[in-house]
Amino acid sequence: MSDRLEQGLDAMRGQMDTRVMSYLSSCVHCGICADACLFYTETGAARYTPIYKVEPLRKLWKREYTFWGKLASSMGLVKPMTESDLSDWEELVYDGCTMCSRCSMVCPVGIDIAYMIRKVKEGLAAAGYSPEGLVEAGKRALEIGSPMGVTLKTLQATIRVQEKETGIPIPLDVEGADYMCLFSSGEIAGFPEFIGSLAKIFKATGVSWTISSEYFEATNTGVQLGNSRLAATLVERVVSAAEKLKAKNVISPECGHAYTTIRWDAPNIIGRPLPFKVVHIMELLDELRRDGRLKTEGIAGEKLSYHDPCNAGRRGGVLDQPRNLLDMVAPDFVELPETGAMNWCCGGGGGVSSNERADALRLKVFDAKKRQLDAVQPQGLVTACSNCRHMLEDGLEEHDMHDIELLGITELIADHLVEETG
Amino acid sequence: MFAQLVDGIFWDIALWVFAIGVVWNILSIFRVGNKPDYSEPRGSAVAGAVATNLRRFMPRSEMVSRTRLQVIAGYLFHLGLFALLFFAAPHVLFIEAQTGLGWTSMPYWAFIIAAQLSFTGLLLLWVHRVMHPVTRLLSDMDDHMASILTFIVMLTGCMALVEAFEGLRVLHRFTVEILMVYFPFSRLMHAFMFIPSRAFTGAWFGRRGVKA
Ligand code: SF4
Ligand code: SF4
Repeated sequence: MSDRLEQGLDAMRGQMDTRVMSYLSSCVHCGICADACLFYTETGAARYTPIYKVEPLRKLWKREYTFWGKLASSMGLVKPMTESDLSDWEELVYDGCTMCSRCSMVCPVGIDIAYMIRKVKEGLAAAGYSPEGLVEAGKRALEIGSPMGVTLKTLQATIRVQEKETGIPIPLDVEGADYMCLFSSGEIAGFPEFIGSLAKIFKATGVSWTISSEYFEATNTGVQLGNSRLAATLVERVVSAAEKLKAKNVISPECGHAYTTIRWDAPNIIGRPLPFKVVHIMELLDELRRDGRLKTEGIAGEKLSYHDPCNAGRRGGVLDQPRNLLDMVAPDFVELPETGAMNWCCGGGGGVSSNERADALRLKVFDAKKRQLDAVQPQGLVTACSNCRHMLEDGLEEHDMHDIELLGITELIADHLVEETG
Repeated sequence: MFAQLVDGIFWDIALWVFAIGVVWNILSIFRVGNKPDYSEPRGSAVAGAVATNLRRFMPRSEMVSRTRLQVIAGYLFHLGLFALLFFAAPHVLFIEAQTGLGWTSMPYWAFIIAAQLSFTGLLLLWVHRVMHPVTRLLSDMDDHMASILTFIVMLTGCMALVEAFEGLRVLHRFTVEILMVYFPFSRLMHAFMFIPSRAFTGAWFGRRGVKA
């Protein structure tokens, strides 16, 4: 057995818990999960069936954790696992799954398949079967602090531009501010106006906030890769930055993956509770709305719809807040069919967007989103995730759907802000 | 002689293998344990676990049109089997004799309907399993063994009741014993394990305030 195979199997052994074993003992191979997965519905290829993506973990469990498996192995009746049991799954798991969890919502015996796919990633990453694009992003995250190579200098330049445009100073390294805000590199590089919008909203609502120059990246490539060590290093950087600024609250930006990671996964990645509270920017804005501090005026005239980022919504529980906010400014709001906790993924979550090899497949599975959009034909599509926005942009472009305008919800609210709170 | 074995020692062995096998299997799963969740919950894990256990009895509306066959066939089979197992007259008498607990059995016509529904469901599921590319890819020996054994048990049971012939009763009981020995080491364990599976998922999503 090669070293890399043994490392991969060892990593998966380390992932075996009661939850995984219950799931593996419950699956009746009914195939229903396939019909929830955009990679199967849009390609028709059976191998994209969600539970099939877990096959390396199931094989290991069957051989080493079940009565018949152990008996047969001890008698030499089963073939040992080989490298192809891992390498053949690399494309399925990294290119053909966005970790959207839609499959986990439909299994009749209740299996959270995405939870197990994450475990398979640990095995593949340990064995060195991860896509190059994602591995490189991981290196940049470790060395530069951003998977896209966004440096502090880039952030500072972006802040200067946004300060000029809004006329509002953007606080950097303010100790004792109520909130420390994180960003995804995608936001800084692709949607810098998000930062300006925050400045406007926080000024109008009197929120004390800051950005840490030590660490401001919200995404975690370690989670996308399935590399727990890298994931822990990146989480510790956030913790250290927040502790230095004595921040009691950390704001997760619109990026859904960033939110699930820092809000829900981070404490378990580092094995202790976080010393601060994490709020998604939608949660904070909705709280300000409830308290009467966030006031808007005017309405968006177009027919708007909302794309739920899988990680913020289905996996993170931020489902009502964006709708409450849209209610303030979009009277002509229309839900997509199969929305909320059953929304279809944009196709680029779970690290797929950083994996260039998967581009063609990603654009193919965008057909699921296209179907949703065709059903209601909105003039504008609002979302609360910069990664989704990039992916939606690509998909709309690919399908010549230029009539649909893409909007970020924070910017939309900022555009309708009543600036004087009195 | 064979009937005596089937009604005596074989039954005892099957019962013990079934009981010990199921308990051993469940204990070996729970012995491993789960890591604690250090994230601050937004909702109740317990409420989520209970709700998901109930919710997953019904398919999500978004899935109905795509999975109609599996859902209908699954319902027919499981409900029919449940009725046969607990309400067929000979089973009620048998359970009463063994445990002292008795209840009203279903009439003969209801038995026939339950059997027909259950057979239809099982056959549809099996045909789907061998015909559909997804289930064909997923299915292994265990899936087919479980389907075939269940089919044989149901067939011998129906024949025994309809024909009221002692030899068929013995054959039926013998096939049940084989199934009981097979059960704890097979995918049939889903009959127990679906409860913790749904609970784990429900709890996980419940903490996050999501209805799973
Ligand atoms: S829906 Fe659930 S039980 Fe059915 S094949 Fe998928 S994981 Fe297994
Ligand atoms: S998590 Fe999403 S993309 Fe991955 S297998 Fe499940 S439904 Fe498909």
